[in-house]
Amino acid sequence: MLLNIQKLNRFFGGLHAVNDISFSVRQGIIKAVIGPNGAGKTTLFNLITGNLKPDSGDIFFKDHRITPLKEHRIAALGISRTFQTTKLFSHMTVCRNVMVGRHIRTKAGFISSILNLPFTWKEEKEIRLKSLEILRSLELADCEDEDAHNLSFGKQRLVEIARALAAEPELLLLDEPAAGLNIHETEKLAEIILQIKNRGITILLVEHDISLVMGISDEVFVLDRGKMLAEGKPEDIQKNRDVINTYLGEGDA
Amino acid sequence: MDVKRYRPIAVLLIIIVFIQLICTFTGTEFFLTQIIMAAYFSLVILGLCLLMGHAGQISLGHAGFFAIGGYTSATLTTINLIDIADSGVAGFLKGAGILFLRKDIYGEEILSFSPWVAFIAALVVTILIAFLIGIPVLRLKGHYLAMATLGFGMIITTIVRGTRIFGEADGISSVPAFDLLPVLRVTGKSIYRIENYYIAWFIVIIALIISLNLINSRVGRALRAIHGSEEAARAIGIDTARYKLYTFVLSAVFAAAGGVFLTHYNGGIGPSQSSVMKSVRYVAIVAVGGMDNIWGCLFMGILLNFLTLRGFFGTLEEVVFGGILIVFMLFFPRGILKPGMITSFRNAIRKCGLKLFRMRGKSKQNAA
Repeated sequence: MLLNIQKLNRFFGGLHAVNDISFSVRQGIIKAVIGPNGAGKTTLFNLITGNLKPDSGDIFFKDHRITPLKEHRIAALGISRTFQTTKLFSHMTVCRNVMVGRHIRTKAGFISSILNLPFTWKEEKEIRLKSLEILRSLELADCEDEDAHNLSFGKQRLVEIARALAAEPELLLLDEPAAGLNIHETEKLAEIILQIKNRGITILLVEHDISLVMGISDEVFVLDRGKMLAEGKPEDIQKNRDVINTYLGEGDA
Repeated sequence: MDVKRYRPIAVLLIIIVFIQLICTFTGTEFFLTQIIMAAYFSLVILGLCLLMGHAGQISLGHAGFFAIGGYTSATLTTINLIDIADSGVAGFLKGAGILFLRKDIYGEEILSFSPWVAFIAALVVTILIAFLIGIPVLRLKGHYLAMATLGFGMIITTIVRGTRIFGEADGISSVPAFDLLPVLRVTGKSIYRIENYYIAWFIVIIALIISLNLINSRVGRALRAIHGSEEAARAIGIDTARYKLYTFVLSAVFAAAGGVFLTHYNGGIGPSQSSVMKSVRYVAIVAVGGMDNIWGCLFMGILLNFLTLRGFFGTLEEVVFGGILIVFMLFFPRGILKPGMITSFRNAIRKCGLKLFRMRGKSKQNAA
């Protein structure tokens, strides 16, 4: 198992946001986490990336217990993420945004940067080439020199994914990547997610766009008010009575 | 290697020499004195530009670090150890160049630490204090960070004003010259003025190279990322706490170095150098200079400090800098001097030139 979550709990005051959640993600699949607003999906993501700490329970990544680690250490192990509201670095070009994503794969520190040591030149070149390659693969190469904030919303989303990919993660967490995208952009996104999967990157996805989820995921995990409601293949989830009642609704199923 | 980043330094060198020649030929060399002092102050500005413009962390306590540098160096180079001069330890330290013997203006013998030792000690003390302050304080954000660093600056003022060895309200005077090399000395004596003008700029250029290297590196990108969104920076794997701390320490070292050199140049330092108004001035200059624009900050650092030192603002000095800060925070929170400005200015001129050229061509045609 690439990611293994055991009996995870997290409270916000009196709210039991994540209630005894256990699940695992196999290498190489796309797993989706769905559920109504406030079900605890983003909280779950924040717990996995170390942005929040659980009150109890454990998270294992490649058999390492990552629960006590700081966020940047977890990222360095190979977990990258995107955010529900895109968090691109403002006033930086698209290319530089992606270049920052190479951070954990490169070494130059304060001293070697200040002294401009020769090994950093090679590293910088490599960072740039790799970033451009990723931008090209997402068809963003034409806007490499643009300020990230001047891009359309859909493109900003893609740049954020490019930035996450620059770290060459093993597990990629996508938090509502289709939110705010039009149908055309969503179709494109689905293609890109599948393409990422084909590169061997495992994907954990939070998404409200049910047709997108059912179309691309291998497994679906349904959350409701912090608790697990169902887990299984997309076609089984669509037939699950509980899921239909609380989330999907009769019409959709 | 990317040499493009160093190109503006060549332009700067030409300007530096040009200014010196003009001053020498017009008999206005006394202007160089204030430029030298402004250059040392601009070290603080460059450090703050990295901290505020790039890492996005404010400090209203950098006059404190300037004072820590200046006072440490002043204390160590003026303390008189003549009473223990005959002891073996003192003899050994003298032989090692750590202590040196000189005569003050009244002919009295003074045995104190050599300026190089004092300089290194000042930087070490600054680094230690910056770490000690930085670790707890940099957990704070925005206004809270501003308040905490403001408090730090006030504590430094209070300490230097109330401590006997720091000369209390008088500060420390008769600080000796700093012999960088046997022939290069940092001193305010007017016969050394031109030499000191170039020494000051040499030090500023070292600071510039350090800053430019940092900005254009993996670390520089990480700092911009922290500035943009700390949450996203952490998710990418950037150790935000460490990067902020190191930048804070580096900017403190810049400020302290400015303090050391200006103290030797002026021959003394007083408690006003650590005042909160000085810190506010530094922040205001960085704001005017464009926050993340190293060249803008340097330009404004030299210009505004020069004008202040010439007494251009008169008694309104503090009002001017306070006013600048208010106006900028309200209307230009990202500063006005943008890195792209020179290019767009150049393009605008080029366009105008082309138009003029065409017009002239047309009028010639008409005349024909």
